[in-house]
Amino acid sequence: MTGDRRSFLRSMAGVGALTVLGGEEAGAAGSDIAADQLGVLVNCTVCVGCRVCEEACNAANEDLPRRPAGAFNDTSVFDHKRRMDSSTYTVVNLHHDPADPGTSTYAKIQCMHCLYPACVSACIVGALSREPDGPVVYDAAKCIGCRYCMAACPFQVPAYEYDNTLTPEVRKCTFCFEARLSKGEMPACVQSCPMQVMTFGRRTELLRLARKKMRKHPDRYVSHIYGETEVGGTSWMYLSGMSFEKIGLPKFGYHPVPGYTEPIQHALFKWFLPPLALCGSLGGVAWLMNSRKKRINAKSGEGKNDERG
Amino acid sequence: MSAGERAAPVATQFFTPGMLVLIAIMVGGVGWGLWRMIFSLASVTNLNDQYPMGLWIGVDVATGVALAAGGFTTSALVYIFQREHFHAVVRPALLTAMLGYTFVAIGLLFDLGRWYNIWHPTMPWMWQGNSVLFEVGMCVMLYLTVLYIEFVPIVCERFMGRVRLPGVLARFNDGVDIALRLADHVLGKVMFVFVIAGVVLSCLHQSSLGTLMVIAPYKLHPLYWSPLLPMLFLTSAIAVGFPVVIMESMISGRAFDRRSEMHILTPLATMAPYLLGAYIAVRFGDMLYRGSYVFLFEGSAASIVFWIEFGLLTIVPFFLFMSSDVRRSPGGLFTAALMYIVGVLLNRCAVIFIAYRPPYAEKAYVPAIGEFALTIGLIATIVFAYRLLVTLFPVLSTREYERNEP
Repeated sequence: MTGDRRSFLRSMAGVGALTVLGGEEAGAAGSDIAADQLGVLVNCTVCVGCRVCEEACNAANEDLPRRPAGAFNDTSVFDHKRRMDSSTYTVVNLHHDPADPGTSTYAKIQCMHCLYPACVSACIVGALSREPDGPVVYDAAKCIGCRYCMAACPFQVPAYEYDNTLTPEVRKCTFCFEARLSKGEMPACVQSCPMQVMTFGRRTELLRLARKKMRKHPDRYVSHIYGETEVGGTSWMYLSGMSFEKIGLPKFGYHPVPGYTEPIQHALFKWFLPPLALCGSLGGVAWLMNSRKKRINAKSGEGKNDERG
Repeated sequence: MSAGERAAPVATQFFTPGMLVLIAIMVGGVGWGLWRMIFSLASVTNLNDQYPMGLWIGVDVATGVALAAGGFTTSALVYIFQREHFHAVVRPALLTAMLGYTFVAIGLLFDLGRWYNIWHPTMPWMWQGNSVLFEVGMCVMLYLTVLYIEFVPIVCERFMGRVRLPGVLARFNDGVDIALRLADHVLGKVMFVFVIAGVVLSCLHQSSLGTLMVIAPYKLHPLYWSPLLPMLFLTSAIAVGFPVVIMESMISGRAFDRRSEMHILTPLATMAPYLLGAYIAVRFGDMLYRGSYVFLFEGSAASIVFWIEFGLLTIVPFFLFMSSDVRRSPGGLFTAALMYIVGVLLNRCAVIFIAYRPPYAEKAYVPAIGEFALTIGLIATIVFAYRLLVTLFPVLSTREYERNEP
């Protein structure tokens, strides 16, 4: 991993140079972030793995397949690590500390709703977009089904309906944007939690709250808020007693991932200058070569050349 | 076209035993393709939520685009750098590029979940200027149009003065003939615009195809992820252009029992070491600068495929092309060209799925039989269409035969 990190730091120098060329704030293009944008703070240390949030999520999102009664009471699902799929927007996993087998933590996962979402930057038709308030939402009517969003997402969140022949959709947590947030309600999972693992609110206030908790109980939390700076920051953030890598949240740098591609693209198409310059220089070369050939032909007196085939 | 060098339709028996095998492969591909269209992606492919892009994107799209680079490199060589000597390879390279890109689009239709929305990126209200894929899509679409326009004079040449429409349509013979002459005349005047546009569009999307995976720095293996991926894709595509032309000329020479074009291919190959050398230099420099060489001996799939595609199938052909003995020997030249072509194929597959490491991979992605069958079926269809079109249109040069005439 150290090799990875070092190479990223170095390559950022290269991207930085391109950024200067493009004159763009890396990763800022296309993202409209409200100063008081929303977020959720997930405190893994109080989660008991009851899966009520999973049930509430399924109930709130009516387009998800219904589950039989009692399906969410099954605790045997914790025997292995689960991921979201095209019929599940959130799952809770149980993580044991390999170094200290007595210690374990439940962690709920769902779309992180990045501040600089790679899926939104990648999408060829703008089917994925970011609300200034935070939610990253999907419009199936625009989607062409290329799945580039899935390749781009560093958290490997979007899932696909591979078994749907005609109208497959990219599926992921919606932040309950249309079903609840737009009506002034909080996300279903947040409201359902009996342990109040999740706190919904303004992202800036959540960060303040997280720091307060960490100051008050430094023994209870690792000293890092996951999602504060990862890949430029996320709307969903985590507090944990176990290191984040052990609860399945990967170690990421602070640089937003669209910040690697967008400066290249924007530099390449700055006022269409680079493509036009290439056109011009190719035309110039052709003209030079042609006049040279004419000179040579005039000398040897061979007559004219054909222009094309 | 200079004297003694004319392109003409190939006179050959179209259906041979080899063609029947080819048609069988095509039918197999069509079967799997139909199966995918009727019973969904899941019924044919091994794609999943961890590996959203597989063999079809790696080979049909990424490799297809790279190997079609012969079209713009030869037209730049002949029309921009005015190397008339290579005129005979322009038309076959143009046909290969036209077919290659056409089948990139057809192959993509099988991979897209909502293939019937493929026109969406062209609608201004869905334009997404931050998306690398948007630029690739637009450039490929425009370039495909340019390729068709560049092919129009060949169609005109074939039918001007011999339009013979069947039955009642015969009354339109004169009108069609005038239209062909007009198209030929106008295109003859403005073709340089399309030639330059073709080269520029090619440079843009060949490089942006590399930018595509720059957005996945945490997923692509460090031996493959680099902010210089666009540069690497562009230089490797330019380098593979002439080897593709060489291989194609040698295969079509064998298939149609034509005289070899070694007098063109050997000088064409002298440029290969420079173009390959530029690509190798950029890749070495990038590896040294980022320090990614520390992963060379870790034994992962990515490191093994790196040794094969870069060590064996890029650097070795580079040295082969350097040798004038190899360049003059048909067998040596064919071997060197084929090695680097396979190298590019593996490189594109590595960037799209072999070196792609999703953080929560549950199981490795291995393409399903149906994925291989459709890909091979599409390649067979390209070969079939190539054979058909060179028998219908003046594409391949008949220089040697004319020279032998008294």
